[in-house]
Amino acid sequence: MATPIVQCENVCKTYQMGMVTVAALRGISFEIHAGEYVSIMGPSGCGKSTLLNVLGCLDRPTAGRYRLGGEDVSQLDDDALSVIRGKRLGFIFQSYNLIQQLTVLENIEVPLYYQGRPEAECRAISRELAARVGLEHRLHHRPFELSGGQQQRVAIARALANDPLVILADEPTGNLDSTSGAEILHIFADLNRNGKTLILVTHDPGVAKHCSRTLRLRDGELESDVRH
Amino acid sequence: MSATNANDRERHRFDVARLRRTMWLGLKSLWMHRLRSLLTVLGIVFGVCSVIAMLAIGEGASYEAQEQIAKLGSQNIILTSVKPPDDQKLSQSGRTSFVIQYGLTYRDLERLRNTIPGITIVVPSRIIRDYVWHINRRVDCEIVGTVPWYPEMRNHHVAAGRFFTMIDMETCASVCVLGAETVPVLFPFESPIGRDVRVGSHYYRVIGIMEPRGKIAQPDTAPGAPKPAVYQIFIPLETAKTRYGEVLIKRRTGSFEAEHIQLHEVTVRVHRRDRVLAVAEAVKELLERHHKKKDYEIVVPLELLRQAERTKQIFNIVLGSIAAISLLVGGIGIMNIMLATVTERTREIGIRRALGARRRDILTQFLIESVILSGTGGLLGVGLGITIPFLVTHFAGMRTVITFWSPLLAFGISAMVGIIFGLYPARRAALMDPVEALRHE
Repeated sequence: MATPIVQCENVCKTYQMGMVTVAALRGISFEIHAGEYVSIMGPSGCGKSTLLNVLGCLDRPTAGRYRLGGEDVSQLDDDALSVIRGKRLGFIFQSYNLIQQLTVLENIEVPLYYQGRPEAECRAISRELAARVGLEHRLHHRPFELSGGQQQRVAIARALANDPLVILADEPTGNLDSTSGAEILHIFADLNRNGKTLILVTHDPGVAKHCSRTLRLRDGELESDVRH
Repeated sequence: MSATNANDRERHRFDVARLRRTMWLGLKSLWMHRLRSLLTVLGIVFGVCSVIAMLAIGEGASYEAQEQIAKLGSQNIILTSVKPPDDQKLSQSGRTSFVIQYGLTYRDLERLRNTIPGITIVVPSRIIRDYVWHINRRVDCEIVGTVPWYPEMRNHHVAAGRFFTMIDMETCASVCVLGAETVPVLFPFESPIGRDVRVGSHYYRVIGIMEPRGKIAQPDTAPGAPKPAVYQIFIPLETAKTRYGEVLIKRRTGSFEAEHIQLHEVTVRVHRRDRVLAVAEAVKELLERHHKKKDYEIVVPLELLRQAERTKQIFNIVLGSIAAISLLVGGIGIMNIMLATVTERTREIGIRRALGARRRDILTQFLIESVILSGTGGLLGVGLGITIPFLVTHFAGMRTVITFWSPLLAFGISAMVGIIFGLYPARRAALMDPVEALRHE
């Protein structure tokens, strides 16, 4: 069997809040293989966001081991983590998180820019991706000129720009009306069909239904791991 | 070997391209807050422009002073007769006729020539104040009786015609050379050369015109002494001696005053420049021994030059501190705005970090923004700072000199201000925790 893309072994994360130590994750272990479409669910405060931050290499686990694409990234330094985020991960946020002063094309280019790819190459990739999410006629618009659905599509294109191992999406449909939300989920399904690995954090069981596997968290522990 | 070179070149090219893109990005971000950026830039603009303008004006003033001093001759020592203060009191306390004897004498001249080595030429001159007439035009003039080598010694040359010669001296010829300032008053419509002017009952033929003197740096004159006249005419010393003798009678309101003066002014040229100050000391001592009263004055242009240089140094220090303060204020403005920007764009920082930006990428991004601010300010300031001296010269008639290094210096400092004051905000941006930054509203 191929090495899993995401491999968590007893991952713990504790925060020091003044005198109190809060455990956000209390030893979580799971594996995700290439081509899986996974949703992470659970009530507020169960550690979903913390887990996503660890998976996204934005944060380091306090204990345990996290392997991304077979490489142990749990104890890397800040610069190395930045490089990994830039090369191997794609992020999609609830509030789109586009950079306001940049156009659609430039927003899609940002991850490529930090990898130091030549400008012409960046341009070409970002044009192609914009077309793929159906925004070829909005290339030079700024985020505030676009609808929520369109903005989220730009964010998806941006997440795809570096051809990541995993795409991490945090409540991607949370701010959208049902039509736009459905469009986004449709794009996700499409991506997954083409072999992309996706991890989705959501509250919405309707969204989780689209996934092939659901991880449920409760109080920082893995409650269930269901494959549909 | 060649592969690594190619690699290096490739990387280098990327770095340049990257820098260009980062700058473009910075410009875009600053453009989003146009007014704010403009106001921040203004702080630097005024700082830089005041540095350049003030340096130019200061440099111009000192240049002018030095030029004037050079006109007196840096190798010269100038001795002048002055009325001793106690005598003046006597003559003013009611006595109507009194012959005051004071000043430099021909014997002083002999002594100087005989005892002090290294003195090459000596220019004695007598100065008489009287009206000079041409038909019905008159001017209150300084009549300078002097020797033929005066123009060369005092760096004050003939503009037209000629100066008088030794032959004129020996024959006590009635010739004169007009100061440039005198010409338009006496001869507004014609060339004065070959014409006659009248002083008292004597006529003098005009043989030449001097160059304009400009303003002459004057040592402090005693309060009672007559102010040096703008208008001058020059006649041979011998002529002056025979015509006027040594007793001068001045008619003032209500009183006669007679003064017995042999020489009004003596210019001593020292052979070597580095000996000037030593010779000046010797001259001082010699004169002190033979004059009971302090009825003479010694002006050493070289000393004045040194003084001017010292003054300029102080001036530069003062200007430098003012400039430093204004640039400091500008820098604080930049820092303030950059801190606000960093806080405002916390979320953007978080996004960029999530998308693969390293700390140093964020650092350079914000640093470049502040350098763009200060650099633009510097450029505009240099532009303005170069124009202002021209305006000053044009409207106020002051001489200004823009040295080539002052814009470079000002611009360099402004760029440095950008780096220094941008560093802290940029560091703060770079050290943000990406998770916290993403959560920031």
